[in-house]
Amino acid sequence: MIALPPPKPEILARRDAIVAALRAIVPGEGVISAPLELKPYETDGLTAYRQPPLAVVLPTSTEQVAAVMRYCHANGIRVVPRGAGTSLSGGALPLADAVVIGLMRMNRILEVDYDNRLAVVEAGVTNLGITAAVAERGFFYAPDPSSQLACMIGGNVMMNSGGAHCLKYGVTANNLLGVKFVTVEGEVVEIGGRHLDAAGYDWLGLITGSEGQLGIVTEVTVRILPSPEGARAMLAAFRSIEVAGAAVAAIIGSGIIPVALEFMDRPCIHACEAFAHAGYPLDAEAMLIIEVEGSEAEQDMLLGRIREICGRFDPISLRVAQTAEESAAIWKGRKGAFGAVGRISPDYLCMDGTIPTSELPRVLGRIAEMSRAYGLQVANVFHAGDGNLHPLILFDANDPESTRKAEAFGADILRLCVEVGGCLTGEHGVGVEKRDLMGVQFLPHELAQQRRIKGAFDPDWLLNPSKVFPLEGEGAAPALTARAA
Amino acid sequence: MSAALLAPDSEEEVARAVAAAAAAGEPLAIEGNGTKRALLRPVQAARTLSTRNLRGITLYRPQELILSARAGTPLPEIEAALAEHGQHLIAEPPDTRALFGAELPATLGGVVAANLSGPRRIAWGAMRDHVLGVRFVNGAGEVIRSGGRVLKNVTGLDLCKLLTGSYGTLGVLTEITLKVLPAPEATGSVALRVPDLATGVRALAAGLGSPFGPTGAALLPEGAPAFGLEGTTALLRIEDFAPSVAYRLDRLRALLAPLGAPRLLDAETSRALWRLVREASLLGAAAGEAIWRVSVPPTAGPAVAAALRGAFAARLLLDWGGGLVWVAGPATEAAHAAVTAAARAGGGVWTLFRAPEPLRAAVAVLPGEPPPLAAIAARVKAALDPKGVLNPGRMRAGA
Ligand SMILES: Cc1cc2nc3c(=O)[nH]c(=O)nc-3n(C[C@H](O)[C@H](O)[C@H](O)COP(=O)(O)OP(=O)(O)OC[C@H]3O[C@@H](n4cnc5c(N)ncnc54)[C@H](O)[C@@H]3O)c2cc1C
Ligand SMILES: Cc1cc2nc3c(=O)[nH]c(=O)nc-3n(C[C@H](O)[C@H](O)[C@H](O)COP(=O)(O)OP(=O)(O)OC[C@H]3O[C@@H](n4cnc5c(N)ncnc54)[C@H](O)[C@@H]3O)c2cc1C
Repeated sequence: MIALPPPKPEILARRDAIVAALRAIVPGEGVISAPLELKPYETDGLTAYRQPPLAVVLPTSTEQVAAVMRYCHANGIRVVPRGAGTSLSGGALPLADAVVIGLMRMNRILEVDYDNRLAVVEAGVTNLGITAAVAERGFFYAPDPSSQLACMIGGNVMMNSGGAHCLKYGVTANNLLGVKFVTVEGEVVEIGGRHLDAAGYDWLGLITGSEGQLGIVTEVTVRILPSPEGARAMLAAFRSIEVAGAAVAAIIGSGIIPVALEFMDRPCIHACEAFAHAGYPLDAEAMLIIEVEGSEAEQDMLLGRIREICGRFDPISLRVAQTAEESAAIWKGRKGAFGAVGRISPDYLCMDGTIPTSELPRVLGRIAEMSRAYGLQVANVFHAGDGNLHPLILFDANDPESTRKAEAFGADILRLCVEVGGCLTGEHGVGVEKRDLMGVQFLPHELAQQRRIKGAFDPDWLLNPSKVFPLEGEGAAPALTARAA
Repeated sequence: MSAALLAPDSEEEVARAVAAAAAAGEPLAIEGNGTKRALLRPVQAARTLSTRNLRGITLYRPQELILSARAGTPLPEIEAALAEHGQHLIAEPPDTRALFGAELPATLGGVVAANLSGPRRIAWGAMRDHVLGVRFVNGAGEVIRSGGRVLKNVTGLDLCKLLTGSYGTLGVLTEITLKVLPAPEATGSVALRVPDLATGVRALAAGLGSPFGPTGAALLPEGAPAFGLEGTTALLRIEDFAPSVAYRLDRLRALLAPLGAPRLLDAETSRALWRLVREASLLGAAAGEAIWRVSVPPTAGPAVAAALRGAFAARLLLDWGGGLVWVAGPATEAAHAAVTAAARAGGGVWTLFRAPEPLRAAVAVLPGEPPPLAAIAARVKAALDPKGVLNPGRMRAGA
C-alpha cells in the first residue's frame, strides 16, 4: 500500500473554525463536513484507496475559489482539487487534513464562438457536455476519454486526458487555448486566451497534465472542431499478437492515420463478446478496430486500402462496416470493455504505460509470462497506434494477498514499459498510484528539478501533496547549486 | 555580438561549459546556428555557447512516427531524412533564412526553442504539440530528461512544453524527439478574391468550420500577382490522398461560391505559394525594417490590420485563418507601440520578430506578464537557472 503523509495535528484541531471560515466564503450547501456526507468524496476511480477529507467546499465562482485559496494559503491548509473524481491513479484522493475543492458546481458553458471555433466553459462542465453544447452546429470537442460522460474538463486539463481518437486529434493539451488559473496564493490569472500560442513561456502547456500540483483551473477555453462528414469502422482479427502488431505498423507505414486504431487480445475479446455479443471472432489471438473518417467515398477508399493491407497478414476475419449501425456494432464490445472485464472478475487494476509500438509483441509476451507467475489473469485493450497499453489485471479486492499481488504485477508491467523505452503513464497520470515508481523513469536530480518547478508555483507544498512525487524529499527540493565543473 | 564562441560536440561538454559559467557567474548567450540572433532582445554575454556541433539524427522509426535528433542538426537534414520515408515535420516550421538574411539553416534546437510553426499549425498543432521528449542542460550544468520517445506520456510535469518556446533562457536543449507524420500524397488550394479583409476572414472561417479539413488558411492583402492573384485573396489549402484533395477542393469551391469566384490552384502553384506564406516572404520587408508577429482570435485579425494601416505604412500577411498577423514596417518605437496596442485591443499577443538592435534593446519584444505570473516566472527561472547565466535578457529586460 502507498503511504500518505501524517496529517498536521494543529490543522485537525482547528476543524470547526476552518469549516466556519469556509462557510463564510461559500454559503449554503457549499461546504460539507458531516462524516456521512463526506463519504462520496473519500475516493476516486482508484477505489482501493479511501480517506475522508477534513471538509469539502463546492464553490460556484472563480472569486470563491480564489477566496478559499487565500484562506487556506494564509492558514497553511492543504488543498485537494477535484473534478468528477474519475481519476484512475488516485489523483483526487483526499488527505485527512486537507480541504477538497470540488469544481462540480462550476458547470456553465460561458460562451461558444463558432467564428473563432472555440468554447469557454467552467471547469466543472463534463467532457461530453462540451460536445453536446456545440453538436447542433456540427462541431465537437475532440479528446474523448471513455469516462467522458462523467469526467470534467478541469480534470481533463489536469490529467491531459486522451481518448480513442487522439491518434488523429491529439490529447487535451493539443486542444486548449487558455485557462483561468487560481494560484496557491489566491490570485486569478488568465493563461493563454482565444489566440493560438503564447508569446513567452508556455504556461498552458506546463499546467496541462500537472495533476493539481500548480494551481486551480476554474475556466477553460477549448478549440472546437467541425465534425467529419461521417465515420466508419472495420474489424480485423489475427492469429497472433505479432502479426496484428505488424499489421498496425504496415497501416501507419502506408501513410494512413486512422482516427482510431484499437487493439484487443484474446482474453479481452472473450470478455467483451460474452458481454456485448458483438460478433467478435473467438478464435483470434488479437483483434483491431480501425476507424476512418470522411465522405462515404473517402471512407470506402481508406477502408479498402486498410483491408488490402490487413489481407496481407493472413487475417482470421475482416469485417468492414457498411453502415453506421454496423460500425456501432463493431465498437459496442470495445466501448464496454472495462465493464465486460468487470463482469468476469470482482475487481481489476487498469495499467496505463506506453511503449514503442515495435515492442508490442515482446511486451505482451512478457505480460503473459508474468500473468502465469503471479497467478492473475490479465486482459489487454489499448490504443495500438500510439502504444498506450491498458492491461487490466483481474483480482479480488477482498483478498489482501490477491490485492498485493495485483499491485506488484502492475508495478512490474510499468517497469517493463520504461525498460523498453516507454513510460509509466500515457494518459491516466501518476497520482498516488505510480508515485513511488517515478524513480524508475527519472533520476533523482531530474525529480528534484520537477519538484523545484512545483515549488515555484506552490512554495509551501499545499496543493495536492503526496501525489506525483515520491514522498521522501517531499516539500521544497534543495536549491539548485551548480554542479562541480 | 558575443566575443568568444564555445561550440562543444557532446552533451557532456555542454554541461561542463554551463556548470563552469554558473560557478563563475558568467552569463552565456545560447544559440544554434545564430540565424535568429536578430530575434528578440540582444543578450549581453561575454561568451556564446552554440549547439551547432551537436549534430545528427539519433533515432528514426517511421512506423512509430518518431524522430530524435541532436539539437544542432540542421532542419534541412531532418526534412530530407523524413522525405525519404514519405514523412514530414507536422508543424511546418518556416525557413526564415530569407527574412533574416541568414546563410546557415536553422537548427532543430533553435526552431524548438523559438516554438516556430507554419501554416499547418491551424490544423495539426504547433511545434510544441509535437515535442515528445527533450534532453537539456539546466543552468547548473545538470542533464535533465523530460518526456520520452513515445507518442503518449503524462509522467511528471511536462518540461518539454516549458522548454519549447523558452528561447534558451531555461535550459540548453541537447536532443529532441518529435512526433512526425506521413506527408500528404497530394495538395491543392482554392483562392478567392475578396473585397476586404473581414470578408476574407469570413471565407476562411467557412472553410475552417467545414468538415473538409483545410491545412492552411491565409489572407493575402495584396494578393500574389506573380501567381495571377490580383487584389486581396483568401487562400485555403487541402493536403491528403489524391482523391480526397480533388473532392475536398471541389466542396470548398462550392462553399465559397456565394462569396465570389473561387479558383483552384494546382499542386505546384499551391506548394510555391504556401512556401511564401510559410516564410512570410510575401511581406517583402526591406533590410532595415522591423517584422512583428501578432496572434489574435481570427475574427480580430482585420481590426488589427486596419489599426496598423492607420498608424503607419504597414505591410501585412494574415495566416491561421486570420489570427496570425505578420506585420512589416518602420523599425520605430511609434510603430512598435501601434503594434502592441493593436494586439492588445484584439485580445492577443505580439512578438517583435526581427528588428535592428537599437529597437530590440529599447522596447518590450514580448508582452509582459501579470504580476502573479511574473513572480512565478521568476521563481521558475531560478528553479532551472539559479545563477541566471542562460541567455539573460533575451525575452525581457532583467529576465
Ligand atoms: C471508466 C473510466 C474510463 C476512463 N477512460 C479514460 C480514457 O479513455 N482516457 C483518459 O485519459 N482517462 C480516462 N479515465 C481517467 C479519468 O477519467 C481522467 O483522468 C479524467 O480526466 C479525470 O477527470 P475528473 O473530472 O474525474 O478529475 P478528478 O478525478 O476529479 O481529478 C483528476 C486530477 O485533477 C485534479 N483536478 C481536477 N479538477 C481540477 C481543477 N479544476 N483544477 C486543478 N486540479 C484539478 C485533481 O486534484 C486530480 O489530481 C477513465 C476513468 C474511468 C473511471
Ligand atoms: C522572435 C523570433 C525572432 C527570430 N529571428 C530570427 C533571426 O534573426 N534569424 C533567423 O534566421 N530566424 C529567426 N527566427 C526564426 C527561428 O528562430 C529560426 O528559424 C530558428 O530558431 C533558427 O535556428 P537557429 O539554430 O539558427 O537558432 P538561433 O538563432 O541560434 O536561436 C534561436 C533561439 O533559440 C535559442 N536556442 C538555439 N539553440 C538552442 C538550444 N540548443 N537550446 C536552447 N535554446 C537554443 C537561442 O538562444 C535563441 O533564443 C526568429 C523567430 C522568432 C520567433
